[in-house]
Amino acid sequence: MGKTIAEKILADRSGLDSVVPGQIVIVPVDIAMANELSAALSIKELDSWGVDKLYDPEKICLIPDHFTPSKDINAAGISKKIREFAKKHNVRWYFEVGRAGIEHAVLPLEGVILPGQIMIGGDSHTCTAGAINCFATGVGSTDIAAAWATGEAWLKVPRSVRLNYSGKLNPHVYGKDLILYTLKDLTTSGATYMSLEYHGDVFESLPMADRFTMANMAIEAGGKTGIFDFDEKTKKLVESTPRFKNEKPSYKTYAADEDAEYAIMREYDVSKIEPQIAKPFSPDNVCPVSEINKVKIDQVVIGACTNGWLEDLVRAAEVFKGRKIHPDVKAIVIPGSQIIARQAFDLGLPQIFIDAGCVFSTSTCGPCIGGHMGVLGEGEVCVSTTNRNFKGRMGHLTSEVYLANPAVAAASAVMGRIGSPEEL
Amino acid sequence: MILKGKTYRAGENVNTDVILPGRWCHLTDEGELAKHCMEDYDADFLKKIKPGDIIIAGDNFGCGSSREVAPLSIKSAGIGAVVAKSFARIFFRNSINIGLPIFESPECVYATKAGDELEIDVFGGKIKNKTRKKEFSFVPFPPFMQTIIEKGGLKGWVMEKLRQG
Repeated sequence: MGKTIAEKILADRSGLDSVVPGQIVIVPVDIAMANELSAALSIKELDSWGVDKLYDPEKICLIPDHFTPSKDINAAGISKKIREFAKKHNVRWYFEVGRAGIEHAVLPLEGVILPGQIMIGGDSHTCTAGAINCFATGVGSTDIAAAWATGEAWLKVPRSVRLNYSGKLNPHVYGKDLILYTLKDLTTSGATYMSLEYHGDVFESLPMADRFTMANMAIEAGGKTGIFDFDEKTKKLVESTPRFKNEKPSYKTYAADEDAEYAIMREYDVSKIEPQIAKPFSPDNVCPVSEINKVKIDQVVIGACTNGWLEDLVRAAEVFKGRKIHPDVKAIVIPGSQIIARQAFDLGLPQIFIDAGCVFSTSTCGPCIGGHMGVLGEGEVCVSTTNRNFKGRMGHLTSEVYLANPAVAAASAVMGRIGSPEEL
Repeated sequence: MILKGKTYRAGENVNTDVILPGRWCHLTDEGELAKHCMEDYDADFLKKIKPGDIIIAGDNFGCGSSREVAPLSIKSAGIGAVVAKSFARIFFRNSINIGLPIFESPECVYATKAGDELEIDVFGGKIKNKTRKKEFSFVPFPPFMQTIIEKGGLKGWVMEKLRQG
């Protein structure tokens, strides 16, 4: 019987001929990553276990990105602890503020994670890396501590979902709209413990950015990971990273068999999809943007591990160019990483954002988790390109978040209400 | 191993953002975490529960963020177990790893109201609702997870690995 991408990677890496869904395997972990919040607890665990020697510092990645640049004294204390831990253990992939960004944007673009590898991360959006054909999944701090100590993790082989997207895309429809549409269909628990496999000819006309966006939100359907096929676009991205250029590491790629077995299969005709928006308070509470064009807004956030990629910033800038933000709205634009910020400067994007009246910030997860750099106040309404709109997610319990693509978010900022770029 | 407690009733898709809000994610001290448990779900949660109480919840309990401080705050607040129709996978994993007893039993959730007294036979796979005089069974954990539970969480597994070299 044929195998899915997830089954093939997990079988290969656990040294078995084949695996079946539900089977528990012990796998070597190529990268065990944590941000400053998850790492703080992992370090505490290691201390309480009396573990002072890490299995392999080459396979550890630490990125302070949630409350950084440190938002207060507590956050500074945590980041300091992480920095000291990284230094003490010679952690290879420690990324300092200013040389980093949001973990999920940093790892694939720096070349820390490669196709075919297994990564666990102390952050639910670790699945983002699946865009480059690897098995990446979010876990908790104890799992991370265990992998740092032993080099291994236990994983249950997930069942797989095959999602196929074909047809011609409508204007201003991107990966974000495809995944929101999919979430409406699958719901937030529809793919619990499953691996989402994304296929279809539509990805020939979309850049890698959209694959990252879609893999990122696999967790919003309850997924364990989201994986894309490897193709020329993946190869180009992987082989142009700083690490690849230096070391030329070898890597292995995986494709699903024709007769692989899937728990769920879906065919989406993308020509029927218009720009989508997720209403409060769930990422699966989705409808076309055109159905809700009268909601007044207070804030727009463009960025995050979901939509802080270069193409996302380009799409937002195309809308903002020559326009001003509505006087009642504040808009915050956040590139996913320093690499992306640098590219944005080369294209002159920050000037466009600033001329329109936006904040152009350094990379941080800040506003997405109601941490800093744009926390919502009582009753405030926000259109955000982030991935979650649960109650209180971005600030006050009575605030409301609508999730959309960067062009819709930018158009809404200009109009002062939810709307699509078509209306401008 | 028998767990006993009165029930607190929660709804469907309770996410980790409301269990332990992002603004408290920098905390690692269990006493501090306990103070904010379920804060954005029910501001009176801590007033309503006593040590050993059991949370009853719907589908997909613990969805969203991977923050381990979410199950840790529940454990630290004194909750003895969570029984749900289903759990989100990272929350499930984290709970096993830190030793917060969790059980999937839709039948029990349907039949149980807030304040009912439950008795859970952890390894026997039975939940008794003593208030309503009903009994439900749940599928025991697979052997590997049983081992982790018996070793008191992932720590035991790590220690054994390290001893074996």
